[in-house]
Amino acid sequence: MHKPFRACLVLADGSTFQGEAFGATTTGAGEVVFHTGMTGYQEILSDPSYAGQVVCMTCPEIGNVGVNKEDAESKGLFLRGLVVRDHTDAPSSWRSQGTLSEYLYRHGVPGISGVDTRRLVRRIRTIGATNGLILHGDVDLDAAGEEARMLPHLVGQNLVDAVTCTTPYAWHQGSTWPAVARPKPMYRVVAYDFGIKHSILRMLVDAGFEVVVVPAATPAAEALALDPHGIFLSNGPGDPAAIPYVQAIVGELAERKPIFGICLGHQILGLALGARVKKLRFGHHGANHPAREAETGRILITSENHGFALDEESLRSLPELEVTHVNLNDNCIEGIRHRSRPLFSVQFHPEASPGPHDASNLFARFRAMIKTDASAATPG
Amino acid sequence: MPKRNDLKKVLIIGSGPIVIGQACEFDYSGTQACKAIREEGIEVVLVNSNPATIMTDPEFASRTYIEPLTIGTFERILERERPDAVLPTVGGQTALNLAIAASNSGLLSRLGVELIGAKLDAILMAEDRSLFREAMAEIGLRVPRSHLVRDSTSRRDALAEIGLPAIIRPSFTLGGSGGSIATTEEEYLEKVDWGLQQSPTTEVLVEESVIGWKEFELEVLRDSADNVVIVCSIENLDPMGIHTGDSITVAPAQTLTDKEYQRLRDASLKIIRKIGVDTGGSNIQFAINPRNGDIVVIEMNPRVSRSSALASKATGFPIAKIAAKLALGYRLDEIPNDITKKTPACFEPTLDYVVTKIPRFAFEKFPAADSRLGVQMKSVGEVMAIGRTFCESLQKAIRSLEIDLCGLEESDLRGKDLELEIRECRPTRLWAVAQALRCGWSLERVFQASAIDPWFLGQLKRLIDAESTITQKLDLHRAKRLGFSDRRIGQLTGTTEASVRRQRIQAGIVPVFRRIDTCAAEFEADTPYLYSTYEEECEARPTEARKVMILGGGPNRIGQGIEFDYCCVHGVAGLRLDGFETIMVNCNPETVSTDYDTADRLYFEPLTLEDVLAIVDRERPEGVIVQFGGQTPLRLAVALEEAGVNILGTSPDAIDRAEDRERFSLLLEKLHLNQPDNAVARSVEEARRQADALGYPVLLRPSYVLGGRAMQIVHEPQQLEAYIREAVQVGDAHPVLIDRFLAEAIEVDVDAICDGRTAIIGGVMEHIEEAGIHSGDSACSLPAYSLPQHVIEEIKRATRRLALELGVRGLMNVQFAVTGEKIYVLEVNPRASRTVPFVSKAVGRPLAQIAARVMAGKSLSEIGVTTDLEPSHVSVKEAVFPFVKFPGVDTLLGPEMKSTGEVMGIDSGFPRAYAKAQRAAGMDLPLSGDVLMSFRDADKPAILESARLLTKAGFSVVATRGTAAFLTENGIAVKVVNKHFEGGSSTLDLLRAGAVDLVLTSTKIGDARAVRDSAHMRRAALEMGIPYYTTAAAARVCARAIQSLQEKPLEPVALQDVHRRQLASNTASLEV
Ligand SMILES: Nc1ncnc2c1ncn2[C@@H]1O[C@H](COP(=O)(O)OP(=O)(O)O)[C@@H](O)[C@H]1O
Ligand SMILES: Nc1ncnc2c1ncn2[C@@H]1O[C@H](COP(=O)(O)OP(=O)(O)O)[C@@H](O)[C@H]1O
Ligand SMILES: [Mg+2]
Ligand SMILES: [Mg+2]
Repeated sequence: MHKPFRACLVLADGSTFQGEAFGATTTGAGEVVFHTGMTGYQEILSDPSYAGQVVCMTCPEIGNVGVNKEDAESKGLFLRGLVVRDHTDAPSSWRSQGTLSEYLYRHGVPGISGVDTRRLVRRIRTIGATNGLILHGDVDLDAAGEEARMLPHLVGQNLVDAVTCTTPYAWHQGSTWPAVARPKPMYRVVAYDFGIKHSILRMLVDAGFEVVVVPAATPAAEALALDPHGIFLSNGPGDPAAIPYVQAIVGELAERKPIFGICLGHQILGLALGARVKKLRFGHHGANHPAREAETGRILITSENHGFALDEESLRSLPELEVTHVNLNDNCIEGIRHRSRPLFSVQFHPEASPGPHDASNLFARFRAMIKTDASAATPG
Repeated sequence: MPKRNDLKKVLIIGSGPIVIGQACEFDYSGTQACKAIREEGIEVVLVNSNPATIMTDPEFASRTYIEPLTIGTFERILERERPDAVLPTVGGQTALNLAIAASNSGLLSRLGVELIGAKLDAILMAEDRSLFREAMAEIGLRVPRSHLVRDSTSRRDALAEIGLPAIIRPSFTLGGSGGSIATTEEEYLEKVDWGLQQSPTTEVLVEESVIGWKEFELEVLRDSADNVVIVCSIENLDPMGIHTGDSITVAPAQTLTDKEYQRLRDASLKIIRKIGVDTGGSNIQFAINPRNGDIVVIEMNPRVSRSSALASKATGFPIAKIAAKLALGYRLDEIPNDITKKTPACFEPTLDYVVTKIPRFAFEKFPAADSRLGVQMKSVGEVMAIGRTFCESLQKAIRSLEIDLCGLEESDLRGKDLELEIRECRPTRLWAVAQALRCGWSLERVFQASAIDPWFLGQLKRLIDAESTITQKLDLHRAKRLGFSDRRIGQLTGTTEASVRRQRIQAGIVPVFRRIDTCAAEFEADTPYLYSTYEEECEARPTEARKVMILGGGPNRIGQGIEFDYCCVHGVAGLRLDGFETIMVNCNPETVSTDYDTADRLYFEPLTLEDVLAIVDRERPEGVIVQFGGQTPLRLAVALEEAGVNILGTSPDAIDRAEDRERFSLLLEKLHLNQPDNAVARSVEEARRQADALGYPVLLRPSYVLGGRAMQIVHEPQQLEAYIREAVQVGDAHPVLIDRFLAEAIEVDVDAICDGRTAIIGGVMEHIEEAGIHSGDSACSLPAYSLPQHVIEEIKRATRRLALELGVRGLMNVQFAVTGEKIYVLEVNPRASRTVPFVSKAVGRPLAQIAARVMAGKSLSEIGVTTDLEPSHVSVKEAVFPFVKFPGVDTLLGPEMKSTGEVMGIDSGFPRAYAKAQRAAGMDLPLSGDVLMSFRDADKPAILESARLLTKAGFSVVATRGTAAFLTENGIAVKVVNKHFEGGSSTLDLLRAGAVDLVLTSTKIGDARAVRDSAHMRRAALEMGIPYYTTAAAARVCARAIQSLQEKPLEPVALQDVHRRQLASNTASLEV
């Protein structure tokens, strides 16, 4: 297609990574994170949680299976750039409908290929989360490093407003290859969209939910007016502390309805219940993270994507909150539950996509919780 | 659940001799299991008949039984050792089968022994095709449809149900052999009939074909708390229809979307739970329809496998070790990840590189075999290469193969021939595909012909395109990043490897080394497990320690197998004793040497000059050892030395003196040693003249081979001419070497160690089969069983003189041939030989370890090795052959090596040790019954003894006409049977009817007609599982062995006991 065009990634510490441009040739600026999953680059690209970030895939061959409509996790791409070791524009898959380059190009996302991604990962591992810039052509590296240093820090940035929906909508579609038949009866759930992934919606449908998606700023009263059996808090990008209005809404809803939160939704629930969040050194982004389920001792291999996490310290003074899951690599909190109210949330992604399905039963657990709650509310 | 406390003693079953489909990967897994269990303070008892393994070294278990893996022997060992549990999941199919037999016979329950790793029910459900099918149906997974055919009438029903093409699998054949694919009705009927005939139960399974679907394997681990992880996914570049063992495979899977991959993962979890492998590993194979994503399950192996060895090397996650820990009761989250040290083993490794495996074949040894690849495995070894991209790893894998290719070399095929080459899938298909792309075929057309996924084809296209760019305008950096070797770049640009190298180094383009760390650099890696690539950051971090590098043996092949890896591993152990840091370089994923636990530092790299020099440049070792890895590293010795590398041990010049024919003759002359008369010919006429002068028969060795046959025994001038015209190319550049053939000579192998001043004999082995049968294919006995003492002393003396004259530092192997009193030197190999592990175990002295220390500077007396050891017992080695895997191939032995593996039998006397070795090799000698004899004239006198012995032992003798006449003349009662071409009831009918219990025969080697006429007998015996011997020498010792078995049954002995007795007797004799 195009002749190779030089591009480079410059980190805030001044380190530079040369490669070739693919996708859009716009400048990309954001926090550079690496993802260690070996499948599912399209799901990652289209996950709104990556808004404001430049993503480096550690798996070297990317683009092999092209892209398709079904694997998109949202209506667009919200990340700021993609960094890979190697990519192809000759994909092969019976499901493929286009190439990775076209996809990035169409959505205005710059890609850089041929990069020594392992050096990049080792750099990030050493200096911690950092900002970076993808630039093209002949670049003044010193100026670029300075520019990267001036980029706003992710902490405190409200990225949710840019990715949430503007009006409520209903969602009906289930998974392509559902694991079990859809149970009856249906319960209604209102899903707060902080950057929600389609696979979450599909799995809610699979679990027997009627789903209404609402914008992040939907007041509690409006959500309750939809007469839901439960509330779902979605994943999303950035710092949960940057959207305090949501905490207030969730605080209100938590008094009234069963709640299930994932990722950013988990952090928001935690904040609403009095916990604090902290920024991780370079976060967890991958599909191979072991999380121990406290109740059973079982290990789930989970898909994780977070740069922030609930602070263990802050949970000490909240006896009502129980830690249900921890990450075995660094003991980071991966799930909480309220001891007396029907509220629970997980930091990892039970909908996976990409990643293992070990935690997919959490949607059924949400349903079971709602069922108990509903029968308690309306006996008989 | 931490470790179980009730397990105090665990018995591990090994996989026996190396055969196609079961190679040294099980030494790797078994060795890991031994270590993993021992370090828990649990006593390990080991049973394995293969002496060339590391696991059977006496240090790896408290009791080591190098004994036949038969139920009878196993019973005696269990009765004697009374272990708490048996671990059957690290010894391949052999170990599983033995465990099944021991469970079914009630042996395990009688002795209260538990199976750990996988329970009987789980093993049966996975192994029994109908139980497996039912189990899969219950969890909603599909397997290919199938239909059992028992006679030729139900063939039609099966055909109607299954359709064509169909997979045809005869049931219960020896070694599971005989599986094939039928594409036309004719072929179908023929193959089913053939299969019915082959199957001892006259059953054939006709199975729906999914040829051309994508093939994947997942490596799964499960612990007692039901935690499950997938360690690795492997994608086959060659699609369904080509055995995964014969396929080029790639890790991780490259052409699956996440949704598709997770479906395989979900299915794997369901399968391992359903089958019930509750504490260990499994390998699950899937096929995916490339058109719609449909999945079928092909099989599940409830044990570690060849693929799990590959997956362990590919990821840095030691599957066998962890599986062994799980079998002891540990949970995955209780075991640390060895490489990161800080994170637990309960996770799924992620790869930031691409791994490619390419199998290595040995069809040149079996010219009559069908070299088309199919559902039955035919390869004898494999290489693995690691690169940051597929292109790089593929090209590294190609040059690791050592088939004299350094990339995707051009082929002469065009058009229809090319298409056929691609469709028929032989070992060379990859190059045919590349050629098609070079000729401008579209990816679609190549896909249609090969069913190779277009992604792989696209990558190959990229390499072909890059080649033309290289030819036009070379960008060295780009080329190196795509994995092109200096040599290939030299070919493409019309220059030499050396000049490309110079240019490259001048331009500062050198590889860096990266670490395999299971986690894509997310966590810091402690373990120096490295591969090269052309990138920006080197993670080698060499130390300042005194260090020695050992070059491994590369892919297993016939003639260079596990024995050499054994020596490399021992080299490490020896150097460690003297405080050296050790660096291993090898590219064979099956081996113990490529365990990151073996040497201090592991470079998983091709063994070419370019790749080895790059490591040397980075590590700067004190010296490099080339003696242990067989011919592979030896071939590099001179070039390495020229590049300034310090070669430890015997000097490359001394090596050359032993290998160069003229210099070798001068050497022998100087020492007044005999050599068979020999000559060199550069034309057919000259060859005739020389052969006439030497006297027939002669042994021919071409230096350039066309048809694959290398060495040949020739009896007359016409045969000589025909052979030279058809099989070899002769000319000034390609001389033919001619030796007078020593008929009826006894061959002797000697292994020795020398430090330049003293030479110590490791062992003198007398072969059973006469010279003319390759030393690697003969059985042998240590000590010698028939040679007079003064001949043995003379042989030892000659060996010492050769070692000292050559200035050997390290190991040396000499082959002699003895006719009467005359001793000839056939060959001197100044390096580790195939027999080193056998000798080391027989005499209880780790020769390779000692040799490594000598090479690094110690003298033999400093090490305490001052005398030859005289064994107090008899050890017999027997070779094991791959003939069952090659239908129609003659089993006759000759001067070309054909065996893939070996077994050992240890006992108090020669006949019993021989009987034991035979039993271990699958030749279970009968104690009574009918023996079929058919011998060439020259051998007739020699077999009289065995005929008499067997008659006395109660056998009835059946013989072909000539042999019968001779035996009758000599007063032995014989029944005559026709040869099959003579018509009437023939030898073949007797064999097929199972009316024969033992076959003893011989044929004039090199007499094509006689060989052809007798081939059916050998083949039928093989296929019917009847013990058979094809030389008079073997017939004689076989009769003696039977006689000794009639006296009393064999008893197993532990190696540790043997060595203890040995030590006692040697010290006693020293004191005298
Ligand atoms: N139904 C089938 N259609 C096409 N190819 C098959 C089929 N079943 C097996 N194969 C091929 O044969 C190979 C060997 O079959 P498998 O059942 O795995 O036996 P093994 O025990 O020798 O591994 C597979 O790797 C696959 O390529
Ligand atoms: N002159 C000879 N007479 C009889 N047999 C021979 C002679 N030379 C070699 N052989 C036989 O051929 C075999 C292979 O020959 P060798 O020189 O050892 O080759 P390789 O390098 O394959 O080991 C020997 O093991 C021996 O049995
Ligand atoms: Mg298989
Ligand atoms: Mg030899």
